[in-house]
Amino acid sequence: MLSDIRSMAGLVQKGMKIALPVDYAGVSMAMTSALIESGVGELHIICVPTGGLQVDQLVGAGLVATVETSAVSLGEAGGAPRFNQAVKDGSIRVLDATCPAIHAGLMAAQKGAPFMPMRGLIGSDILRFRPDWPVISNPLSEQDDPVVLIPALTPDIAIFHAPMADRFGNVWIGRRRELAAMAYASRQTLVTVERITDENLLASEMTAAGTLPAIYVDAIALSPGGARPYGLWGEYAPDAAEIRRYASAAKTQEGFAEYMSGQRAEIA
Amino acid sequence: MENVVPREILIASIARLLDGVRHVAVGASSPIPAAGAMLLRAQKEQAGQPPVRISILGSVEHNFFTNGSTELFDCAGQGRIDAFFLGGGQIDGQGNINLVGIGEYPQSKVRWPGSFGSAYLYYVVPRVILFREEHTPRVFVDKVDFISAPGLSEEGVYRTGGPYALLTGMGLFRFDKEKRGFALESVHPGRSLSDIRGATGFEFDHAAEPRVTELPDSETLSLLRGRVLDELSETYPEFASQMREEIHALQARPKSIS
Repeated sequence: MLSDIRSMAGLVQKGMKIALPVDYAGVSMAMTSALIESGVGELHIICVPTGGLQVDQLVGAGLVATVETSAVSLGEAGGAPRFNQAVKDGSIRVLDATCPAIHAGLMAAQKGAPFMPMRGLIGSDILRFRPDWPVISNPLSEQDDPVVLIPALTPDIAIFHAPMADRFGNVWIGRRRELAAMAYASRQTLVTVERITDENLLASEMTAAGTLPAIYVDAIALSPGGARPYGLWGEYAPDAAEIRRYASAAKTQEGFAEYMSGQRAEIA
Repeated sequence: MENVVPREILIASIARLLDGVRHVAVGASSPIPAAGAMLLRAQKEQAGQPPVRISILGSVEHNFFTNGSTELFDCAGQGRIDAFFLGGGQIDGQGNINLVGIGEYPQSKVRWPGSFGSAYLYYVVPRVILFREEHTPRVFVDKVDFISAPGLSEEGVYRTGGPYALLTGMGLFRFDKEKRGFALESVHPGRSLSDIRGATGFEFDHAAEPRVTELPDSETLSLLRGRVLDELSETYPEFASQMREEIHALQARPKSIS
């Protein structure tokens, strides 16, 4: 169960569906560099429910074929430069969604159900471009009541960063329940953590409530500061200046390449 | 007339539009809507009226959700959220919003981040306030290039929410469901009806001489410049300090509305 970042990156194979969390929930930026180093391609990224720096870097490195998302941006630092360019060039396929639809798809997968019905969406161009989302008439209603079905969304691998795991493979996710939702729905879950504790997180009711049990976790790697330059709740704040530095460097593919090689030099 | 910076007029207008709500949710990078909600909360508290709950997405300080990012949507779906704010790279006269991009889809000429939760929240939150400071013909278009979420739905489509008002840097509009469009309610000080017509790519109803947007009174201003800016600076430090500078500059040269 206890692994290292390079071995974990080795589990990600060409064409896999990879679930990644929203920028404030616990993004494993440490795994971004490892994936880029491994060069694994044609990935189908599922943003839960939106993406940022990590997605932009994977796209910029040419590893991504499809991005399924409700949005991709660098937040206060502006648009996601490599993602936006790739959309313009047509070099990636975007499956535009809306946040609760991503949650609904994962929820269906978590329950082993074929789909979840969902309100909203009807009359939007999001729905018009999602032939995989059928509209049915609510069979429980006497009136005509159209409702959208979101098919189960089953990622091959979920990847995130959390403050702590124990040596039994349980991971503490606090109130960031979307991390659990990702893990429940995915075939495999890979987690980087700030620290590993000897105490069993399930032994105390206080920590057990915020713990993702080891049954859903396939590999854990120790990676202090593994979310940087994003922040990690309860641990450290985001480095806004660094995210802005990336946003400005990555405006061109050359600037992006230069920024990323600088990152590699720092790690080495 | 009081000396007021333009953003204070926007914040006070938002507080008025929110009057009566129990729970308002605000997107992560929306300091002006957040300030408006905080102003209303402070006013209600001062008046001894029922409290206003504010959820700022992505904030630790102003967010009581414990079930991950899905909880906002679950809450909204049950009618537990009374008001929300949406913007748009483009907004058209029927209240359709576009958060995706300009030109053909999917290979947009200009790509914006994406629709976020709009294609759900616009349907189920009763009072959706469209807010966009920039008031230009490129934003307020006749027809959006991509409908992230429609202003109106066909009969029979489940819809408990939708557009309520549109607030811009130039004026305030109400959305009229029956007439399927916006009606100009007031023009901000220093702007005219013809400014607004020239900057708006769609037709809208208006009085021959629309009234001027109400300015915040001195009591409102002192709450805003005191408690609200203090609270705001926890989540939006840069915005709050920028506001303080603007207010300071204004006080240094009286009798202008800048």
